[in-house]
Amino acid sequence: MTEVGVETGKRVVGSELARHDAIEKVQGRTSYAADHALPRMLHAMLKRSDYAHARLTRVDVAAAEAIEGVVRVFTAADIPQNTVWVDVPGQTLEVGALKARSNVLADEVVRYHGEPIALIAAESEDAALAALDAIVVDYEPLPVVDDPEHALDDDAQQLHESGNLLAHWELEEGDVEASLAGAAAVVEDEYRTQFIDHAYLEPEAGVAWRDTDGVITIRAATQVVEHFRDVARILELPDNKVRLITPYVGGGFGGKEDMTVEPYLGIVVALTGRPVRMIWSRQESLTARQNRHAVRMRYRTGADAEGQLVAMDVDILSDGGAYALLSALVLLYSTTCATGPYRCPNVKIRARTVYTNHTPCSAMRGFGGMQVALGYEGQMDRLARELGIDGLELRRRNFVQRGDTLPIGQPLETSVELPALVDAVGERAGEPPEPSGPRRAVGRGYACNLQPYGRCIWLNDWSSAWIGFELDGTLTIRIAVPDIGGGQASSLIQIASEVLGVAPERISIHIGDSALNPLTGTTTATRQLYMSGNAVLKAARELRESLAGVAAGLLEVDAERVEFGPGGVREQDGEREIPFEELLAAAASVNAPWHVLATHRAPKGVPWQADESWRGRVFPDLTYGCHAVDVEVDLDTGQVRVLRYVAGHDVGQAINPQSVEGQIEGAVAMGLGYALAERVVFEEGQNLTTTFAQYLIPTAVELPAIESIVLESGEGMGPFNARGIGEPPIGPPAPAVAAAIEDACGVALTALPFTPERVAAAVRREEDDDGAG
Amino acid sequence: MRISFTLNGAPQSLECPAHWTLLRMLRDVAGRTDAKHGCGEGVCGACAVLVDGVAMNSCSVLAPQVEGTGVETVAGLASGGELHPLQAEMVERGGVQCGFCTPGMVLSALEAVRVGAAGSDAEIRHSLAGNLCRCTGYGKIVAAVAAYRDGDPDGAAIASDPPGEHRAKGGEGAAPAPGVGIGP
Repeated sequence: MTEVGVETGKRVVGSELARHDAIEKVQGRTSYAADHALPRMLHAMLKRSDYAHARLTRVDVAAAEAIEGVVRVFTAADIPQNTVWVDVPGQTLEVGALKARSNVLADEVVRYHGEPIALIAAESEDAALAALDAIVVDYEPLPVVDDPEHALDDDAQQLHESGNLLAHWELEEGDVEASLAGAAAVVEDEYRTQFIDHAYLEPEAGVAWRDTDGVITIRAATQVVEHFRDVARILELPDNKVRLITPYVGGGFGGKEDMTVEPYLGIVVALTGRPVRMIWSRQESLTARQNRHAVRMRYRTGADAEGQLVAMDVDILSDGGAYALLSALVLLYSTTCATGPYRCPNVKIRARTVYTNHTPCSAMRGFGGMQVALGYEGQMDRLARELGIDGLELRRRNFVQRGDTLPIGQPLETSVELPALVDAVGERAGEPPEPSGPRRAVGRGYACNLQPYGRCIWLNDWSSAWIGFELDGTLTIRIAVPDIGGGQASSLIQIASEVLGVAPERISIHIGDSALNPLTGTTTATRQLYMSGNAVLKAARELRESLAGVAAGLLEVDAERVEFGPGGVREQDGEREIPFEELLAAAASVNAPWHVLATHRAPKGVPWQADESWRGRVFPDLTYGCHAVDVEVDLDTGQVRVLRYVAGHDVGQAINPQSVEGQIEGAVAMGLGYALAERVVFEEGQNLTTTFAQYLIPTAVELPAIESIVLESGEGMGPFNARGIGEPPIGPPAPAVAAAIEDACGVALTALPFTPERVAAAVRREEDDDGAG
Repeated sequence: MRISFTLNGAPQSLECPAHWTLLRMLRDVAGRTDAKHGCGEGVCGACAVLVDGVAMNSCSVLAPQVEGTGVETVAGLASGGELHPLQAEMVERGGVQCGFCTPGMVLSALEAVRVGAAGSDAEIRHSLAGNLCRCTGYGKIVAAVAAYRDGDPDGAAIASDPPGEHRAKGGEGAAPAPGVGIGP
């Protein structure tokens, strides 16, 4: 561990401070998006497509509008600007290659099951439900494209004018074919991952109203308050006439990164003048919200006799679903992370994402960087077997190090603690247990990974924060950060408390309001602690500097000798303490600033050019991890039980170790659901998993106690040298489980999820082969 | 129809359509939003409340079924300015992240401990199998329930309301609230 220089010796940062929001939440006091109501509000609902691909020959809302209590039913023609050109959301400049188009309401053609067709505004939920049934939609079914492999065929049905290729990234370094030809061992496999739903417990919801000066104000569950701009474009209003407020959000995981209810709420308010509420049902959420991309990956990897990688050839094909949303960016993460945390001199990567008539895919925790872990870790384990080298030893021989560059050109500027993580995780995991009975087999699997934190640097990311004292000595933070449950707000309180001494419970934080709080960017991309944390740190330090000067005068000491503590300021080791109230009065009397607005800017870089020779920095930095899992396989039923799980990550500096563990444990749980059970099932584009009784996320029974190892290298680009941790732990679970199953019973599974039927079938094949052999 | 019951000990007499669920009556008639609508089909447990001490998914109970009963929600647990000890353990041990599953989780756990169905970690996990959480991985929740069951002697009280020391003069009120530890 490296000690980091902090003015006050870290009294608050690094402690397991109880979260202020948890005290409210545990009493049911937090007002989530659906908990808010307004007098005379309307209730809005969406009529959604029954077909995955069809021409709309008739959308007749007359009968619905005639129902008592139905105020209006809107269709595409009613929307001021029905086409949404979605930049990667947030504080971006235009990035042509990443632009994506979708519709607010379907216009002429529906391209996925559940696509919104009409928007109902009614005096009651019951009237809105009646209107749903009364809207007449005639469909002319069109051929359904549901196989990404065939979406690019010449005779494939084209889903968009631009064709079915949504985006691609390609790069080649060195001579892959020659290197593979000369390698001591070459392994090759195809890996498949499935569609996944975010399955946050809080369904999409919000209310909206017209406020003073005609500002359309939307209070909704979102990860992105900057969507006020997108709503303004749809309504053809100036950006400053739409305001987005986000209360504490009941889980996001990327699923509330693209807009959900926001545009529909804005439309009803703009076109009726009435307040409105919209709450999606779980069925709507599971049917029509975007999924994690299903990906087919082909890997060929070669190594020399000592196990040094010589070449990797990676072909990635991802199913982007019906609209582009963030697919191009997701694919960029896959491309960047395709070779994993390993050095390889010769690399060829071809990554493509295509349109199909599946629910659009977009952001989800791990964002394209996690699917490829199944591929690169699967290759490492196979190579290890081919070469007769221990799997962890093979990894050690190939880990990237500080100073290395990933194939895309990403420099690795901070320490890479993978060897230490492998040691720590292996030591904690100890010996695997014995099987619980006959026809049961126990196995251990390891997996390592890397995952960027912070947004792609071409997006010119920045975060602002305002911090000010109140005259009674309490402190206020204003920052438009959406808190989606990870402790985004409480961590900022800890940072401010650390620098300014004020006790955490005397700090109030006002979050998630695009009009009244400084914008700080999206709660996505494992960027919020990194970015808004740096903004708060900067503001707090500037504020401290201003007040330290005033305090120095009062204490008659040098400003450097002024110490900020919970009660106020004092000279280092001194007796006399000046309470914050007195300090503030003194500051006000000499016009010394006692509130500060500060902006932190991420590193900038040269955007990707449409040129395969382009190489450069893509992300600010990365987080690394190593996980170990023990599983027991029932050789007859194929049931895989997770006995033990240890997850280690270098987080640079834990601002709140308990919140860090919470991120790791929650991501591992989600990763184990992905590995063993979860999948969104489509049949010719029809979603068949539209309830929680069909889409199964892990319960407390299926999961083991998950043990976290939080390594603090003291290196990272966040506040106090923290690294982001929200997404990174989602990568290793699937490949670790795959390795553990193979260790247990000798079957190599490459298609997720590893359900009992798949495992049992593979075990039977293996045993039949052995019998025959 | 009129439905009479007690809610967190207070008598209620509410006018509610007979086909509405208990959840809808609590949220839209009684204006109590501490029971959450997560799935509407009795799977996720976010809407769980106690009816005469038994945890039930309020989305799957019709409003008239609680006639004459005592209904408890998570908002009724804190007393005397302090969180209920189970609530305090949930906060202190990091069992709360996004918080949407928390009301139902706390009530299910309370029932499990009360009826003796939380004797081991495995029993706690079985008792909570009807309450989905997507944030925590459950480990910290299980630890909180176990600590509450054991009457954790280190479990400090946590104030249920924001500190009232805002107007305190001088350095008073700057000390951390009980249970809100600062520094390792």
